[in-house]
Amino acid sequence: MKKLSARRRHPLAAVVVLLLALACTGGLYAVFAPADKAQAEETAQSLTIEEGKKLYAVGCASCHGTGGQGTSDGPSLVGVGAAAVDFQVSTGRMPAATSQGAQVPKKKNIYSQAEIDQLAAYIASLGAGPSVPSEEKYGPEGADIAKGGELFRNNCAQCHNFTGKGGALTKGKYAPSLEGVDPKHIYEAMQTGPQNMPSFPDTTLSEQNKKDIIAYLHAVNSDETVNPGGLELGGLGPVTEGLFSWIFGLGAMIAVAVWVAARTAKAKKS
Amino acid sequence: MSTESTTESRSRDKAPAGERVADWADGRLGIYSLAKANMRKIFPDHWSFMLGEVCLYSFIIIILTGVYLTLFFHPSMNEVEYHGSYVPLQGQLMSEAFSSTLHISFDVRGGLLIRQIHHWAALIFLAGMFVHMMRVFFTGAFRKPREINWLFGFLLFVLGMFTGFTGYSLPDDLLSGTGVRFTEGAILSMPIVGTYISFFLFGGEFPGTDFVARFYSIHILLLPGIMLGLVVGHLILVFYHKHTQFAGPGKTNKNVVGMPLLPVYMAKAGGFFFLVFGVIAVIAAVAQINPIWAMGPYRPDQVSTGAQPDWYMGFAEGLVRYMPGWEIDFWGHTLVLGVFIPLVLFGLVLMAIAVYPFIESWVTGDKREHHILDRPRNAPTRTAFGVAWITVYMIGLVGGGNDLWATHFHLSINAVTWFVRIGFFAGPVIAFIITKRICLGLQRRDKDKVLHGRESGIIKRLPHGEFIEVHEPLSQDALYTLTAHEQYQPAEIGPKVDENGVERKVKGSEKLRAKLSKSYFGEDGQIPKPTVEEYKEITSGHGHH
Amino acid sequence: MSSQDIPEENLPAEQDAHVAVADEKNPFADPGLPPHEHRIQDIDERAAKRSERTVALLFTVSMLATVGFIASYVAIPHDKSIFVFPIGHLNALNFALGLTLGGALFCIGAGAVHWARTLMSDEEVADDRHAIAAEPEVKAKVMADFRQGAKESALGRRKLIRNTMFGALALFPLSGVVLLRDLGPLPGTKLRHTLWSKGKLLVNMNTNEPLRPSDVAVGSLTFAKPEGLEEHDHDFQNEIAKAALMIVRLQPDDIKDKQELDWSYQGIVAYSKICTHVGCPISLYEQQTHHVLCPCHQSTFDLADGARVIFGPAGHALPQLRIGVNDEGYLEALGDFEEPVGPAFWERG
Repeated sequence: MKKLSARRRHPLAAVVVLLLALACTGGLYAVFAPADKAQAEETAQSLTIEEGKKLYAVGCASCHGTGGQGTSDGPSLVGVGAAAVDFQVSTGRMPAATSQGAQVPKKKNIYSQAEIDQLAAYIASLGAGPSVPSEEKYGPEGADIAKGGELFRNNCAQCHNFTGKGGALTKGKYAPSLEGVDPKHIYEAMQTGPQNMPSFPDTTLSEQNKKDIIAYLHAVNSDETVNPGGLELGGLGPVTEGLFSWIFGLGAMIAVAVWVAARTAKAKKS
Repeated sequence: MSTESTTESRSRDKAPAGERVADWADGRLGIYSLAKANMRKIFPDHWSFMLGEVCLYSFIIIILTGVYLTLFFHPSMNEVEYHGSYVPLQGQLMSEAFSSTLHISFDVRGGLLIRQIHHWAALIFLAGMFVHMMRVFFTGAFRKPREINWLFGFLLFVLGMFTGFTGYSLPDDLLSGTGVRFTEGAILSMPIVGTYISFFLFGGEFPGTDFVARFYSIHILLLPGIMLGLVVGHLILVFYHKHTQFAGPGKTNKNVVGMPLLPVYMAKAGGFFFLVFGVIAVIAAVAQINPIWAMGPYRPDQVSTGAQPDWYMGFAEGLVRYMPGWEIDFWGHTLVLGVFIPLVLFGLVLMAIAVYPFIESWVTGDKREHHILDRPRNAPTRTAFGVAWITVYMIGLVGGGNDLWATHFHLSINAVTWFVRIGFFAGPVIAFIITKRICLGLQRRDKDKVLHGRESGIIKRLPHGEFIEVHEPLSQDALYTLTAHEQYQPAEIGPKVDENGVERKVKGSEKLRAKLSKSYFGEDGQIPKPTVEEYKEITSGHGHH
Repeated sequence: MSSQDIPEENLPAEQDAHVAVADEKNPFADPGLPPHEHRIQDIDERAAKRSERTVALLFTVSMLATVGFIASYVAIPHDKSIFVFPIGHLNALNFALGLTLGGALFCIGAGAVHWARTLMSDEEVADDRHAIAAEPEVKAKVMADFRQGAKESALGRRKLIRNTMFGALALFPLSGVVLLRDLGPLPGTKLRHTLWSKGKLLVNMNTNEPLRPSDVAVGSLTFAKPEGLEEHDHDFQNEIAKAALMIVRLQPDDIKDKQELDWSYQGIVAYSKICTHVGCPISLYEQQTHHVLCPCHQSTFDLADGARVIFGPAGHALPQLRIGVNDEGYLEALGDFEEPVGPAFWERG
C-alpha cells in the first residue's frame, strides 16, 4: 500500500486512474447493456412475429389454419421450425395453392427474404423447431468431401441419384434434382424433411455430417464440377448412355456406311 | 491394303521381293489357291450390308482396348484405402478392382480414353448386332443355306450380352454391384439348385471376395474366346455362301453382282474399319461413359435411384420390373415365380427369334437355296412377326427404364409399369396386325405401280373436261424389280385317303402347318403379284390410267 | 394346286425361268445388268487428279493428327481440366487424345473410301454362284468311303469296344464337374442368419454411435448396423448385405399391423433394408405415406402395415427386427430376424 500511495503523485497516475475508470464503466456497461439490447431485440422480435402473423393470415392460413394448427388441406405447422418455413417459402413450394399433381413443385418465390424471416419467426413462435442454419453450418470450411460422399450414398442417393440428379418415387411423386439448389435449402431439407422426404435430424445425422454432404454435392453437382470424360449425358447412368450409343453411335455408323456403299455420281450425259 | 496393291503393281516390272515372299508362303500354305478363289470375290453394295462390319470392327476395337486395360486393371476384391487423385473419394475403403479403375481413369495418361472407347464400342457392338440381326431377319437372309450362320450370329449377340455384363461388373462400383446383386437374386430364384449355384458362383455368400476375379476370367478369356471362334466361323460362312443381294436387273439367284474384294472392297472395308474406330474415338473424346467415380465403391447396403443395366440387358430388367410379385410357399419350399418367370421369359423371347427361320422353312416346306433378299413387304407375316418381336423387346426396354420415363415425362411410375404390363401382351398383337396391313398395302401399291405406272404429278385435262393424272409407265428395270419376288401358295392337307383308297390319319402337325401356311400365303397373307396377262390387258387398252 | 402332301408343289417357279423369255412376250423379264456408266473421274483426268489430291490430303491430315496425339500425350498434364462449350468442364488430355486419335483414324478411313469410290473401277461384275450341296456322285463317293472306314474300324461289329469306349468318354467329364465343387461352400443355413442377436445395440451408420429412442424423430429415416460390425472388418460386406437395417418412427396409432406394433418400441420400427425381391437396399422412404420404394424394381412396401407389398415384383413383406431398449436407454435387438432377409430362395419355405 505504501508503494501505491508513494506513486499517486506520479505524473501518469491520472492516466492510470482514468483508464481504470474507463475499464470499469465499460465492464459495467458490458454487464448491463445486453439486457437492454435483448429487451430491444425482444420488442423487434415480437414486431417481426406480428408482421409474420399478418403475412401468414393472408398467404397460409386458408390451408394451415388460423393458428397454424393444420386443416384437411394442410398439415399443422406447430413445431416445424423456422428452417421449414425458410425452405418451403424460399424455394417457392409454399404457398402451394396453385399447385396440382402428386407433389408440390419448386417454383418462383413470391416473398422477399424479410417477409420470409417474418413468417419463419411467427411459425417458430408456435412451437420449437429447427432454426434457419447460419452460413458456417453449410459452408465449405472444415468439410470432408469423401465422407460426405459416403453419407450421401448411404442416406440420399437412393432417391436423389449418385450425384443428386433426382429420381422417381411412387405414384408420380419424385425426388427433385439437387442441381443448383442453395446449400442452405439442402441443409434445411435434411433437417425438416419437406413433403415426403424423411427428416435427418442432428441426432441421427450430425451437423458435421450435413456439412460433409453439402460439400460433396458441391463437388459433384455444380457448375464447376469436372466431368473428365466429356458430356455428362444427364448423369443418369446407362439409359442415356444407351440412347446416345444408338442415336449418335449407331447413327454415325449408318451415315458413314451409307456414304461408303453409295454409288459415286455418274458423269452427266450431255 | 495399300502395301498389297503396290506390291502387285510392282510385280509387273520385275520379280520383286514381294513375289518371292508370296512364293515362299504358297509353298507352305497354298495361298495362291486361296487367293484365286477369294481375291476378286464379289461383294454387293448396300449400306445395310455393312452393319455386320460395324459389329466386326467394334469387336476388334474392344479386343484391342481391352488388352490395354488388362495391363492396369487389378481383378481383386481386397479392400484398400484410396489415395489417388480423385478428391471426393480420398480415404474411402474400396476394392482393388475399383481403385485400379480409378487409377486408369485419373492417373494413367490416355487410360480414360481407352476405357471410354472400350465401353462405347461395347454398346455400339451390341446395337450393331441387334440392327444387323434385324436386317437379316426382315430381308429373309436367314433362309437356306444361311440358317447356321444365323444361329452363329444369334449366339454372338447373346454371348455379347453376357460379356458386356461381366465386363461392366468388373470395376465393382455401386451401380454394377447393384446389377450383380440382382443377378444373385435371380439365381437364388431358380428352383432346387438356385442357392447352390449362387454359393458356387460367389464363393459363398454375396458378395464375397471372389466374383470380380471370376467374372474377369469369364470376361477376358472364356466368352471372348468363344466369340472369336464364332466370328471366324461367321466370316468363313459369309465368304463361302457369298453375299445375298436385293432383286434387280441382272441379279439372279445364281449370281452375285457387285465389286471385287481387291481392290474396291479391300479399300472400302479396310477404310470402314478406320472410320468406325475414328467415330468411336471421337465419341469417347466428347461423351463420358460409366463414370464409376461418381457412383462410388460397391457396398451391399447402399444404392442409387435409376439403377439400370447397360441397354442390352434393359429388356431383361424390364421383364423383372413389370412382373407381379408371385411367390408360392409349399412343403417348406418357396417357388419365386416373380423372379423366375422373367428369367425364363428372357430366354424364351430370345429363343423365339432364334428358331424363327426353322419354323418358317417348315411352314413353306422350301428346301431350295435363297440368295435374293425379300423386301420386307413381300413377306408380310414374317415382317409382322419381326415387328411384334421388336415390340416385346422395346416394351421391355421401356419397362426397364420406367423410373426415368416417370420423372422425365411427369408420369406416375405405377402407371408406366401398368402400361408395360398390358403392353407386353397387347403390344405385339397390335404391332403384328398393323404391320401386316401396312405390308399388304405396300404390296397393293407396288401392284398398282406395275400395272398403271408411276404417278407423274402432271394433271392433264381431257377434251371432254375430265382431269386425270398422267401415269408414266415404269422402266423394264423397275418392272422386273417389283415383280421378281416369289409367292408361295398355301399348303393344303393331303387327301384323306391314300393311293390305295385307305383312309389315312391326318397328323396334327400337318393340320397346323396347313393353317399356318394359309395365314402366311392365303388371301389375307399376300396380294397376288401382277401377272403378264393383267399387265398386257391394261397397257394395250387405255394406257393413261 | 396339287393335292399331294408335298409342299414343294406349292413353291413358286424358279426365278430364272423369266430370263429365257423374250421381252415382248414378258414385260417383267430380267433386262440384265444395266450398261456401265462412267464417273466424271473416269473421263476427266482433272477430276481424277482432284480426287487424288483429296485422298492425299486426308492421309496427310491423319499424319498430322497422329503427331498431335503424341504431342498432346507429352504436353498436357493428366489432371488438367478445361471448359469446352457446350460440353462443360472436362479433362483436357482425354479430349485432346480422343479427338486426335479419332481424326487420325477417320482420315485414313475416309481417304481409303474416297480412293475406292472415285478412282478404283466401279464397274459391277457378276460372279456365278454354285450350289452349296455336293453333287450326287461326290456324295456317293463320300458315303462309300465312310462305310469302308466304318467297316474297317469294326466299331459296329465289336460291340464291346464300342460300348466301353462310350462309357469311358461319358464318364471322364465327371472329373471336371467334381473339380468345381470347391468353388464355394454349401449354403447350409447361412442365408437364414444375420449378425443380429439379443442385446445387440443398433448403431447409427452415419455417426457410428448407438441409437437412443429419443434420437429417432417421427418422419425421420435412419440406417443402422449391429454393434461390433466395422467397415474395416474383412467380412463387413457379407454381413452388412444381410444385417443392414432401416429405422423409422411412426405414430403408434398409425401402425395397422399388430405384430409390427408389438415388435416396435414407442413407434420405432426396424426393418431389413434388403429388398425381398432381388436384394437391392430398399430405402426410398416416403414419410407422409409410410411407403418405401425399391429403386431397382419399384417394389413398394407399406411400413405402417407390416411392410406388406403394395406394388411391384417383390413376393413378400420386409422382415422386421424386434427391438427394445436396454438398461442404459439404448435401442437393442431382441433377437435375430425371424425369417431370412433378402431375396427368396427355394429352401426358404
